[in-house]
Amino acid sequence: MILVVIEHADKTVKKVSLEALTLAKDIAGKLGTGVAALSIGAIDGAGQLGKYGADTCFVVEHENLSSFDSTNYTSAITQVAKAKDASIVILSHTSTGKSLAGRLAVQTDAGVLTGVNQFAGLEGEQLVLKKPVFAGKGIATYQLRATKAVFTLMGNAVQPKELGSECPVESFAVEVATPQTKVLKIDRVKGKVPLPEAEIVVSAGRGMKGPENWGIIEELADELGATTACSRPVADMDWRPHNEHVGQTGIAISPNLYIAAGISGAIQHLAGVNSSKNIVVINKDPEAPFFKAADYGVVGDLFEVVPRLTEAIRKYKSSH
Amino acid sequence: MNILVCISKTPETTAPIDFTPDGKELKTEGMNYILNPYDEWYALVRALELKEQNGGAVHVIHVGPAANDIIIRKALAIGADEAYRVDCDPKDAWMVASEVGAFAKEHAYDIIFTGKETLDYAGALVPGMIAELLGVPFISFANHLEYENGKIICQREIEGGYEEVEAPMPLVVSAAKGLAEQRIPNMRGIMMAKRKPLNVIEPQCVSPKQTLTGYEKPPQRTGVKLIDPENMDELVRLLHEEAKVI
Ligand SMILES: Cc1cc2nc3c(=O)[nH]c(=O)nc-3n(C[C@H](O)[C@H](O)[C@H](O)COP(=O)(O)OP(=O)(O)OC[C@H]3O[C@@H](n4cnc5c(N)ncnc54)[C@H](O)[C@@H]3O)c2cc1C
Ligand SMILES: Nc1ncnc2c1ncn2[C@@H]1O[C@H](COP(=O)(O)O)[C@@H](O)[C@H]1O
Repeated sequence: MILVVIEHADKTVKKVSLEALTLAKDIAGKLGTGVAALSIGAIDGAGQLGKYGADTCFVVEHENLSSFDSTNYTSAITQVAKAKDASIVILSHTSTGKSLAGRLAVQTDAGVLTGVNQFAGLEGEQLVLKKPVFAGKGIATYQLRATKAVFTLMGNAVQPKELGSECPVESFAVEVATPQTKVLKIDRVKGKVPLPEAEIVVSAGRGMKGPENWGIIEELADELGATTACSRPVADMDWRPHNEHVGQTGIAISPNLYIAAGISGAIQHLAGVNSSKNIVVINKDPEAPFFKAADYGVVGDLFEVVPRLTEAIRKYKSSH
Repeated sequence: MNILVCISKTPETTAPIDFTPDGKELKTEGMNYILNPYDEWYALVRALELKEQNGGAVHVIHVGPAANDIIIRKALAIGADEAYRVDCDPKDAWMVASEVGAFAKEHAYDIIFTGKETLDYAGALVPGMIAELLGVPFISFANHLEYENGKIICQREIEGGYEEVEAPMPLVVSAAKGLAEQRIPNMRGIMMAKRKPLNVIEPQCVSPKQTLTGYEKPPQRTGVKLIDPENMDELVRLLHEEAKVI
């Protein structure tokens, strides 16, 4: 059985988990096995996960799991995995998934890989998986034993497919001790999709001249339902918060659409964004290196082009 | 306070990446390597600051061959007191974590720092594995850390925000941007580094948990389509009809 660990916020299942279920269903079909979803904490519409591939959804609730603790979360997942004889555990490539993969692989004595963006089939008893390496400058192929594997799946790597019908929801009792770590405070930016999960990202760089000009970027992002990002110097100068910094030393993203305004396209910036499926570059310098990595380019002054693009999208939306 | 910092190497960020024609190996000829920025800029420097405030020692450990001594010397030049190198060429995170775990079990470190990931393979696996081997808490992606009343208070990056966590020692912390400010080694540090101990230890040699079978280059973009800056309706049309993203 393949176990998919569900991520959720405010009881709503995240899209990354639907993607993981869709992939799990695909792998399970090839292995002739089933798929189970595991949610730590209550979620709305747990039965709906059946539509994306889960045969059952296990829900684990325990006061010692009310906030994130890598030891306790690992223990809970291991207990379910052992009881249900899971051969593969799929996590999302988010800070939660990444914080668990290593511990879980050691505890369950499994093969492990993080940042997977493609399942390339089976080779005998081995899962063939691919992930971007060297900040997107290469793709590496790995093999993990299909009988004992843990991996994290990148956001937007798989298109979630609604196929089946609702699945049964079972609560599963685990034993976990009082956590050694204590969460004192959580500060989450409200209403925005976190960068690694965002389908559309609008990003801007030093070409913006100053933080006071970001209004046009935010308007464009709002119009597209996008998340905002920035280049590293912009975060270093505190024009924008650090969690918006994308690139080799920031967050690596692979949205369906990445729009970059006033970013030159330095190699370290490209490293974190060039696995985006479509890239639009807006820059006044036709020689900017970013144009070589772009699908669509607009040579022009961003202070004119960006508001014009926002307007065009608004017009498009009202006519569709 | 005794601190261990795990250091790794990674190709320099502008290094061109290429593979052998059979796609089996990375071409390493003429490649310049650097100390992994997360280990150097954030993990090591925060460790040094904690030592400066609270006393104790900062040790660095690297699992790798003698050719990597240069990055270890850099960590010593920045200010680490002593270095350990486990003499083997690790194939994956598990081989690294097993060596560090076995070493750390023999020493009483209050904090084990790692970087959040190495820039090359971006595994982010080593720290969690070490924590599991030692049975201690693991705080990932820390961008702020204080030592208060015998406890560690950390701010860590979570999806779309931050979380503040309190944890007892000993523990493993992986360092993200913001944890400290990069320090440039000075002449005195570089000279002193030459006299500091660099101990070589024999490996345990466990088998890896993953097998890398080959590489390929990412698909090239077919070339940029330039759009008239006056005509953003055209861009919207292409994004809708051609790219199918809106
Ligand atoms: C080890 C290392 C790691 C790094 N990691 C990262 C990383 O993770 N992420 C990252 O982003 N960078 C990273 N960098 C920095 C990187 O090398 C570049 O310096 C940085 O990306 C440049 O940011 P920028 O494009 O915003 O600024 P600039 O390079 O200054 O580019 C600004 C661009 O805006 C354009 N522009 C100006 N005015 C306008 C206008 N009115 N309209 C339209 N266009 C305009 C200009 O033509 C120019 O192309 C790293 C560097 C190093 C050494
Ligand atoms: N060979 C190594 N020797 C010592 N520490 C390492 C080694 N490889 C990785 N690490 C540490 O583990 C962190 C995460 O690495 P990874 O899990 O490979 O992404 C790095 O930032 C280092 O702190």
